[in-house]
Amino acid sequence: MKYEDYLEIGGTKLFSRLFIGTGKYASDALIPQIAESSGSQVITVALRRVDFESHTENVIKHIPKTMQLLPNTSGARTSDEAIRIARLAKAMGCGNWIKIEVISDNKYLLPDGYETVKATEILAREGFVVLPYINPDLMVAKQLQNAGAAAVMPLGAPIGSNRGLKTGEMIRILIDEIDIPIIVDAGIGKPSQACRAMEMGASACLVNTAIAGANDPVRMAGAFADAVRAGRSAFLAGPGASRKTASASSPLTGFLDFGDPR
Amino acid sequence: MSFYQSYLGYRDFPFAQYLDAITESQAAAALSKERLKEQDLLTLLSPQAEPFLEDMAQKAHRLTMNQFGSVIFLFTPMYLSNFCTNHCVYCGFNVRNKIGRRRLSFDEVEKEAAKIAETGLKHILILTGEAKKKAGIEYLQGCVKILKTYFTSIAIEIYPLETDEYGKLIASGVDSLTIFQETYNERLYETLHPKGPKRDYRFRIDAPERGCMAGMRSVNVGALLGLDNWRSEAFFTGLHAEYLQRKYPEVEISISLPRMRPQVGGFQPKFTVSDRNLVQIMTAFRLFLPRAGITVSTRESAVFRDSILPLGVTKMSAGSCTSVGGHTSKESGSSQFEISDERGVGEMATALASLGFQPVYKDWQPMEARGDESV
Repeated sequence: MKYEDYLEIGGTKLFSRLFIGTGKYASDALIPQIAESSGSQVITVALRRVDFESHTENVIKHIPKTMQLLPNTSGARTSDEAIRIARLAKAMGCGNWIKIEVISDNKYLLPDGYETVKATEILAREGFVVLPYINPDLMVAKQLQNAGAAAVMPLGAPIGSNRGLKTGEMIRILIDEIDIPIIVDAGIGKPSQACRAMEMGASACLVNTAIAGANDPVRMAGAFADAVRAGRSAFLAGPGASRKTASASSPLTGFLDFGDPR
Repeated sequence: MSFYQSYLGYRDFPFAQYLDAITESQAAAALSKERLKEQDLLTLLSPQAEPFLEDMAQKAHRLTMNQFGSVIFLFTPMYLSNFCTNHCVYCGFNVRNKIGRRRLSFDEVEKEAAKIAETGLKHILILTGEAKKKAGIEYLQGCVKILKTYFTSIAIEIYPLETDEYGKLIASGVDSLTIFQETYNERLYETLHPKGPKRDYRFRIDAPERGCMAGMRSVNVGALLGLDNWRSEAFFTGLHAEYLQRKYPEVEISISLPRMRPQVGGFQPKFTVSDRNLVQIMTAFRLFLPRAGITVSTRESAVFRDSILPLGVTKMSAGSCTSVGGHTSKESGSSQFEISDERGVGEMATALASLGFQPVYKDWQPMEARGDESV
């Protein structure tokens, strides 16, 4: 019998392992089409950009109601700011999922692990489903796990860089050592890179820039969906071991196959 | 250590000679680098980089798309007061110019705010001349208190303040600071500012840093292009932005490229900056500082603004008016300079959308929910 493969976060079963974003699009009106072609069930949105008072220019109005909203704390420079943004998001009706982004470096947009752990501790205690964005640092990830994070979101490369899995080895360590889902966020520039992350055993990928920046974002969203699905299937299938060289035709242990010479 | 020390390192630098000696192959090399150094910025600002302008533009476009996407943040300026004690020879608000002087009352601020808010804009930039007796910290705090109920981000473009004064305005609700050095050429600066508090070059050059120290979320620097040779002015502007970005990574640093516009006093800029030159400056900035914001005001024409959108621009003013009370009244005070792009916010948004860019009205949210400081 074929078993059901899903990712469970905060009590929600997710059958799509591709998370998408809302920033960087030429028009928010593209979002429903991106949502459809990606098949994604989770979408992140920067609270700083949501205009709750506007009836026309509110990004949330473009997001299909069936999708899980993942508000993020973009713009927070400290744990305190991230906590305030998270509470504001909840108060504004954006639900209790929160992607913690604490960034006090505007040059590379690299996250602050220490402040992220502090914010996670408090928000998880308050009942938020916390998905923190981090550098793939094992100790930080362990602390986040202990603090009650629902998943950790390590970066593959700096946000918007489209450089792929530059931190692949570190992400692999998180996958091996951390019990909560590992969702690769930031840096993925091509579907093949998302596929590789999934083959490695990542639980999901979040892709924004690579879709928004494509000539045909709707089509690219579909390509990412296919890649993530393929990578996941490959992981589940368990690929055979790869070798760096061809197998020798006269193996040194061949004599063992001829039975006991005695 | 302040940026002034970095400036001193180049104050007597033989720019003309150095720029002359740059070769086209150096320009090509600077263009292909992933991380640019100071010298590379200067190289890209040289005449020898001009043949590579299209390549610079392509790279600037790619970097901007990756970093910021197809979005343009919109804001509008609101002039609160044009009283001024300065003698800046190039400015319409010069104390010696016989112009109508005005300062908005709080009632008028409210009316202007309500009128601007109708456009949907959530970010506002407030401006004053330098006259602390007319538009001091307390007056500004009063204005900010009103504006907070209409806008989610308030920026100031006023005379330079002390760190604690910036702190007071931040506590009131200001989050961003724009202050232009006008010219980085210290000797020229003295002749352009013959009298008045603005004569203090060092106090002004360190103002953006004081804003960072006080906790501004974003700080915008620039030189008034036309006062001196644009190649060195742009170079210093880039260095200034890089200095701030490196020292205060938590602050969003951005750059403006204001070209001189006609104004009441009739000052003629000594150096012209052509459209081609401006594109070179903008793309060189983008290559040097991929993460910095680039602001373009309505000093530039609608056609030109539309054309440079893909080259690195991140922020634009719209529906601008450079006179006090100009958003609500035709009988407002005299303007600081003439604007060129007169499109309203809605018109601007439509134009952006047709060019494949999303106009963004809101990109910041004060963290206290209104009326509930505990949230």
